Formats: sequence, C-alpha cells, structure tokens
Amino acid sequence: MLSYIVRRLLYMVIMVILVSFVSFLIIELPPGDYLTVKLQQLQARGDLSAQQRIAEYRARYKLDKPILARYWYWVTSFVKGDFGESFEFERPVKEIIGQRALMSAVLALASITIVWCLAIPIGVYSATHQYSLGDQIVTTISFLGLGMPGFLLALLVLFFTMMVLKIEVGGLFSREFQDAPWSWGRVVDLLKHLWIPALISSVTGTAGLVRIMRGNLLETLGQPFVEAARARGLKQGQVTWKHAVRVAINPLVVILTSEALPSIVAGDALVATVLNLPTVGPLFVRALTSQDMYLAGTVLVFIVLMTMIGTLIGDLALAALDPRIRLE
Amino acid sequence: MAEPLVEIKDLHVQFEVRDGIIKGVDGFTLTINRGETLGVIGESGCGKSITAKAVMQMVPKPGKITGGEIIYYRRDKYNPQKPPSVVKITDLDPDGDTIRSIRGGEFAMIFQEPMSSLTPVYTTGTHIGEALFLHRLVPKTIGEQMTQNIMAYRPVTKQEAREIAIEMLQKVGIPKPHERVDAYPHQLSGGQRQRVMIAIALSCQPFMLIADEPTTALDVSIEAQILDLMRELQESMEMSIMFITHNLGVVAEMAKEIVVMYMGKQVEKSSTVRVFYEPKHPYTRALLQSIPKVGKRTSERLASIKGMVPDPFHLPTGCVFHPRCPSFMPGKCDVLTPNWIETEPDHWVRCLLYENV
Amino acid sequence: MEEPQQITTTNVTESEAKGKQEQLSQAYWSLVWWKFKKNKLAIVGAIIIILFYTSCGLFAEFVAPYRLDYQSSHLEARPQPIVFKNPEGKFSLRPAVYGLDQQLDLVARTRTWVVNKEKIYPLSFFVKGQPYKLLGLIPTNIHLFGVDTEKYPDGTAFLFGTDRLGRDLFSRIFYGGRLSLFLGLLGQFLTLVLGMVLGAVSGYYGGTTDILIQRLVEFMGAFPDIPLFMALAAAIPVEWSPILVYFMLTIILVFIRWGGLARQVRGLILSLREREYVLAAKSAGASDWRIMSRHLLPGTLSHVIVIATLMIPGMILSETALSWLGLGLRPPLTSWGVLLQEVSAVRVIRFAPWMLTPVPFIILAVLGFNMLGDGLRDALDPYSGR
Repeated sequence: MLSYIVRRLLYMVIMVILVSFVSFLIIELPPGDYLTVKLQQLQARGDLSAQQRIAEYRARYKLDKPILARYWYWVTSFVKGDFGESFEFERPVKEIIGQRALMSAVLALASITIVWCLAIPIGVYSATHQYSLGDQIVTTISFLGLGMPGFLLALLVLFFTMMVLKIEVGGLFSREFQDAPWSWGRVVDLLKHLWIPALISSVTGTAGLVRIMRGNLLETLGQPFVEAARARGLKQGQVTWKHAVRVAINPLVVILTSEALPSIVAGDALVATVLNLPTVGPLFVRALTSQDMYLAGTVLVFIVLMTMIGTLIGDLALAALDPRIRLE
Repeated sequence: MAEPLVEIKDLHVQFEVRDGIIKGVDGFTLTINRGETLGVIGESGCGKSITAKAVMQMVPKPGKITGGEIIYYRRDKYNPQKPPSVVKITDLDPDGDTIRSIRGGEFAMIFQEPMSSLTPVYTTGTHIGEALFLHRLVPKTIGEQMTQNIMAYRPVTKQEAREIAIEMLQKVGIPKPHERVDAYPHQLSGGQRQRVMIAIALSCQPFMLIADEPTTALDVSIEAQILDLMRELQESMEMSIMFITHNLGVVAEMAKEIVVMYMGKQVEKSSTVRVFYEPKHPYTRALLQSIPKVGKRTSERLASIKGMVPDPFHLPTGCVFHPRCPSFMPGKCDVLTPNWIETEPDHWVRCLLYENV
Repeated sequence: MEEPQQITTTNVTESEAKGKQEQLSQAYWSLVWWKFKKNKLAIVGAIIIILFYTSCGLFAEFVAPYRLDYQSSHLEARPQPIVFKNPEGKFSLRPAVYGLDQQLDLVARTRTWVVNKEKIYPLSFFVKGQPYKLLGLIPTNIHLFGVDTEKYPDGTAFLFGTDRLGRDLFSRIFYGGRLSLFLGLLGQFLTLVLGMVLGAVSGYYGGTTDILIQRLVEFMGAFPDIPLFMALAAAIPVEWSPILVYFMLTIILVFIRWGGLARQVRGLILSLREREYVLAAKSAGASDWRIMSRHLLPGTLSHVIVIATLMIPGMILSETALSWLGLGLRPPLTSWGVLLQEVSAVRVIRFAPWMLTPVPFIILAVLGFNMLGDGLRDALDPYSGR
C-alpha cells in the first residue's frame, strides 16, 4: 500500500512538471503580449512614466529572455508562493485570487453537498424501483438536467426572476453587505443569495450522478451476493443499503474528489459569470480574454493541481473502501 | 420414520414479461422429509431454481406465485418439545418477519456462483456474523436459568459471533480459520468461497439446506470435497437437503430420492436407485443415456436428446416433451395432457405410456 | 459431464458460413431497428435532429424570412405576436402579425417598440422576398413565409424580434444553427477518426505504442475540459479570419475530446482481439490492416456510434459557451453562441429578453441528440435489458 502511494506521488510529480510547462506554453501562446496593449493605453491616457513602467515589468518578468528562462523564473517563484502580478489589476495575483477563493470554496461546497444529498437517494430509489412510475419520472428529469448546461439554465433563471418575480439575483451579497466586514448579518445575507447559484450549478452534476448511481446499483442488484444476503434473512432495506449500495457507491468516490477539489478553485466559471458572482471562475475568464497571463496561468495550474490531487485522494479513498483494491 | 418438513402442492410460478407469460413452474408437487436429501434434476431453465426460491418466498421479479401452496411444518428450534406449527409460506409477506426468520435461520441456501455470492467488501467473519446476529440464540448463563423453568436464550455477542465463525470455518475445512475469518472474498479460491457459503448457511443450524447447483462452477476434485463435506455435515446435524442440479452423477451420490423436472413440471419421482436402474419416463431415460460411461467403446457416440428445449411462449400441446420424445404416440401425446400417477409403489411418473388411453 | 444438449455436426462450406453470417447480421440489424422503433423518445429525438439539420443546415435561407445580415430600421424591436385575424380584425385561418410602433420610453430613456394592434399584416407562405441561392446553387427569392411586401410595403415579420442592429432574430437563429450544428458534426467526425485510429492502434499493437498513447491520453485527462478549452481558445489570434477561427476552434474541441473515445475503442479492441474469429483470421495469415478494418473496427462500430451521438451535444455546448464568453467564434460569423453574446449584460435581459430565444433552440438540439443516443444505446444492444 505504501509503495503504491509513493509510486502515485512520484508519478504525480512528473505530471505536475509536464502540466506546468504546458500551462505556461498555453498562456504564452497568444501572439503579442498584454504589455504592448497596456503601453498604448497608458500613453493614450497621457501617462508619461508609462514607457518606464512597462520596461520595469519587462525586466522583472524577463520578457526579453528566451522561453525556457521565463518558464524557469515563473516556476521557481511559483513554488516560492509568488504567483506574479496581474497586469490588468496591477496587483499581486495571490492577493486577487485570495480575495475570491473563500467564496469559490463556499459555493463549491454548497453545490457538492446538494448534488450528493439529492443524487444518491434518488439514484437508489430509481434503481430499486426500476420501471416504476417514480423511476420513469426520475429518468426523464435527469435526462432534461443532463441536457441543460448550467450557464444556459442560469440565463433562464435570471430572466425568470427578473421578468416574473421582479427580483435581482446576481451576486452573493446585498448591496449593504457587499464590502462590509464579516458579521452574523453578512453570513445570513450570503446564505440568502447562495442557494440559487448553488442549485443551478448542481443541476447537471445531480442529473449525471443519479444516472451513474442508478446504473451502478442496477448492475450490483443483479449480482448473486445480493440474493445471497436476502436468503440469509436480511430485510430488503438492509440488503439494499448494507450490501448493494455499499458496493455500488465505491467507484463514485473518485468522482467526488476528482471533481470536487478543482471546483473549489474555479467552480462553474460559466454559471458564476452569468450570475456575476465574486468567485475565481469569472476572474479566470476575464484574465483569459484580456490575456492577463500570470493571473490566468496561476488559476489554470491550480485547477490542474487540484484535479490531480483529487484523483489521487479518490484512488486512495477507493483503496481504503474496497478491499479488492486495497489488498491488490 | 419420515416426517414431512415442507410440502409443495401444485405450485405455479409465472413470469409476466412484455412478450407474454412464461410458466416457470407449472403444477409442481413435492414433499421434503426431515433429515433426508432430495435431488431435483433437469435441464437449465426447467424451473428447478425457481422452485427453490419459491420455498424461500423470494421468487425474483417479475415472477409471481400464481397458484398452489407451500406448507412448512415448523418446529421451534429452541423448544423441541413444542408441537410443530403449520406455516403457509406462500401466504407470507416476502419481506415480513416470519419469512425472514425462516430464511437463513431454518432454511439456508447456497448458490451456484460461489465467486460472487459473497459481498466483496465484507470479511468472511462479517458474513457469518450477520447470519448469527439474526438467527442464532445462545442459552443464558446457568445462574439466570435457575430462576426460570424453561431454557432461556439471548442473542450472541460480537465476541461469541467471532468464535462461532471461526468454529464454523474450521468445520467446513478452511485452513487457518483464525486468519481466514478476517479474509475478504477475493482472497479465497472458488472452493473456499463455497465452503464459506456453506459455513454461513450452517452457522444457524437450519432444518433444511437448499443447494442450488452448488458445485457447477467448481473443479471436479473440489466438487467431490464439497459434496463430502455436505454429506458429513448433514449426518451430524440431521438436516434435510434439497439438492438442485443438472448433474446426474452428483445427484446419484447425494440424494436418496430424485425428482426429474422438465419445463416446469415434475415428470418422474422415485428413489435414486429406481430412477437410475428402472427409469420410466422417456425423458429420464434420455438423460441417463447421455451420461458418458467408462468402458464403453469410444467409437460409440454419446446419445443426445433430439430437438431443442421448446420456446417458453409457445409450449407444445399435450405432453410438453412430445416433440423430442422417442416414444411419441401420434394422436395421443400431442393431444392429451398426462397425469401424475403412481405406477409402482413410490414410483411416480407423468407419461401417457403408463396411462390407459 | 455436461448438460444434455443437441449435437450438430455439419460440414458447412465457407460460402455457406458467410451466407449464414450475413443472415445473422441482418437479423441483428432488423432487431436493432425493431427495438429502436419501439422507443418513442428515440424516434422523437431522431425527428428533432433531422428537422434541425434540414431547416438550419440545408435550407436556412429558405426558412428564414430575412437574409443573415439584413439590417432593418427596427432596432431592438420586440417580437411581433402571431394572431389569426385578417387585416380587418376578423378571425381568419391565415396567421398574421401585429405591426410595431416606435415609442419613447421615459423610464429607460430609449426608443422602444410597442405592439400596435391596429396594424395587422397577414403572413404569406412561399412568399417572394430577398434573393438568395438555394443550397448555394439555385438562385431564387421564395421564402417559407413572410409578409408580402408588394401588398404591405412597410409590413415586417420579426417573429422573435430584432437585435440592436435591427437584424431579424428568427432568421439569425436558423443561420446560426447551421454553424453550431455543423461544428458539432464536423468536430465529432474528426474526433471519431482520431479516436478510433489511435485507440485501435493502441489496443491492437500494445507494447510501447500503447503505453505512449495511453500516457498521452492520461496527460490530457489531467487538464479539466472547460478551463483548457478556454485557455486554448483564448490563444487563437484575434486577427485570424473568421473561417480560420472556426476550424481552429473545431480542432481544439477535437484535440481535447479524442482521448476518451480512444480509450473506449482500445478497451473494445482489447476484448475483441482475443475472440476466435480474429485469432482464426490471424492464423490464416491475414494482414494487420485487414484484421483491423474487416474484423476489429466493425465490431466496435455500434458502441462508437452511440458514444459519438452522445458526445455531439457536448461539442455544440462547448462552442456555445466559448463563443458566449467571447473566446470562440466572433461576428461576422453567426452561431448560437455568438447570438447569445448579446445577452451577457443584465440590461439586455431586462429590456430585450427576446434575445434569449436561442436558448430553447440549443436545449432542444441537445435533448434531441441525447434522446437519439440513448435510444441507439438501448437498440444496439438488443439482447440486454427489457
């Protein structure tokens, strides 16, 4: 088991190095660079020191050096915790992301909780009542949910609340709490705003998970050990939950961690953009469109890192839950 | 002294599927006596397993018991002096308390696929313990018993369950039971898993063991070991066995009495010796002829039963076996339905050859 | 000892065997078709998809009453409701639309359009309108419907309203569907080719090739889909021509998605490789290419068709999302995503909510593909399930 973890960790280190290089290449890909645009902007504004400041940036990020040197500089300072500076906001990337990371995590946790609390019982119900009216309703709804991408749903919700309910739903805080320090009132305000985006971004996930859970459980329920458990005199409910669900749910653990961890960083960027949420997602989109490379690159690397850590944790958790894997 | 344990009377099980109704079991009558082994034999899909599951009141969906009854003469395991009560299994709620205390506790079942009949995430000890907590009671301490006239029982504790599990594993011949009690199913071989299944089944001292093709998936050498084990344990525990198989060799070794099934009906029933030496029904004869025999000339072909198992949606008229029957009597077999008759003492058969028509 | 079973020893010649095989595969496909037909949802899905591809893909010019870039003087006009009245206001079976009047909105401080119930313009079918080339070949000016401008010179038919430049949204949705749907098809086709070839090579040859391809797939899998899409799409230079951007975007989508398919094909090939008929072909000296093209790939076909059908909606949605964010297609190209770009401001949802009309179309197309794919999955595996 220990050697397995060590092997996985080594493998991950190699992957991280490769991934970081590719991420760097991707953010370097756009021709021209942000500074050229910035220089023109500053000069247009009549900023006389513009030339000099741009030159400072160039020197600092070694923009005149070859790509490997720039990569090396970027990676070494990344490891030291210096993610560079956002050109657009003229502030350290760390600070900008830090401001929004908490809200991202809160939102992600809320929607993950909703997904799992809804999907597992519904999936189990649907599988144990296969072809019943309830199962057909669940199947149809999950079908609709799968076909309904979050950001389109968010647009429709926005339209509905605005035109029919005549309320504003964007953001995570009311105006009076926007910049207020944390207080009980602010938390309540947050919860009031949180549920709509959390619900919207959990629709697709729930629908998908219901279908996976249903499929896995149906397969498990057909296994002889379920019948054997029933022949031992267990109640139908015990057979379902203690034996069938316990086995069917194992592979889902990997889904949980490998999707949950990256979503804590960036979450559903599209939904957050529609609803104008103060999370990392919209920041990432904006950084990409304006080619704010250090900001975009940092977020990208974090998402990839989280995905990899999530998969690792998932595999380890699966090994802990499933003796067949644990004792390979 | 034959004392009936379970009586199956004119059992009908039907499967309603989209394309029609399949008669899985079609008028099956049988008595299983206490302490005896009964072999049920027939081709795949003839309704053997469904009959067994009907006795456990766990016919799989979309199957339904549509007629007949199964009567169980139930004795109190912990108070043998009490006269047996009559339980109609077919009337019980399939998830109710009564049938669940019978399942596992009084009728235990072992299955065809030992490889996947154990839940992969639980140890053998957990499996045995699960059955023990549900069904097994142990006498209370002597001090407590002094105050009461009858024996008093209490459920097993965790520690006791583990001890019983180890004891059972030892009984079924698993090496190093102290270690194996914590083994997961995938760490055991097929034969060992079937031994564990038997250990689970017998841990609660059932009155009857239903063995549904328990050795089909195993190697021949393992098969012999498992059969020996079952016989041994049966003798020591005075338990009935309903042994379901398509393997004539196995049934000859195990059973005292044999029932032959074809398409949901029993076609012949007698003692094992009679069925093997004086088979009456053409189907039984054909089955016996298809056994390879040592010493015969190798150039001789093995006999097979001509034709195919009929389509369950379009069963033949008259006797369902007539299209494949070598003794087919035109105008009779395809018109008249044969009856279940006793041609000789204790030799029952369902065939028009033995009826005066 | 085995169960008694019928022993058949027949000496079939090869041609007989082949004939039998054809019969079997025919039986398989008729079973598939029979099962597919019984699945109402799948049939509805298939009809939706066919309707979309004919109306948007082939005949958008005919279905749309206006040309793609036609700018009317009606800026941001609301949809004209359809009524069944004749110009005198009496009931008529022929549908008609109410006219629009411009009005000064004092609250929003803009000019807006209001429905004038006095003006009624009957809709004509197969009406003469702006000229175009049907299927890009036949010059004509017949449109499916529209207001007869000879009789009603100032009559308009903006069923879904117009955008800020006065372009008819109804027409633009059908033109936009062409690019979005075609991108889905083209992208999926390329994904299929790439995924099947690499998956088959990986599964068939094994060894180093397999390891290399699998590591590549794994590496790509380490990047989450959407952020990688966005990052790569953001790298498309702004000054590229729209067509080039379109193909580049398709290629990016393909590049990110082939891995999953390759992995599935590899798994299928691995299981098929050990089947008797493949071993027989191998021992008969068939070439790798022949084994692959005649025996292995056809065996994966039914699975691949299902996977491909279920992947197309993802393609379409990715394009929509990217274009909507401004990272994908850009005007003058018109796709569903580009149409939605205009809705990125809350103001638009409040004052011109009809700009959201492409959303139901996108969802309908996605649902159509999902229903079709699900039906195909059930049908192509006719021996399982219900």
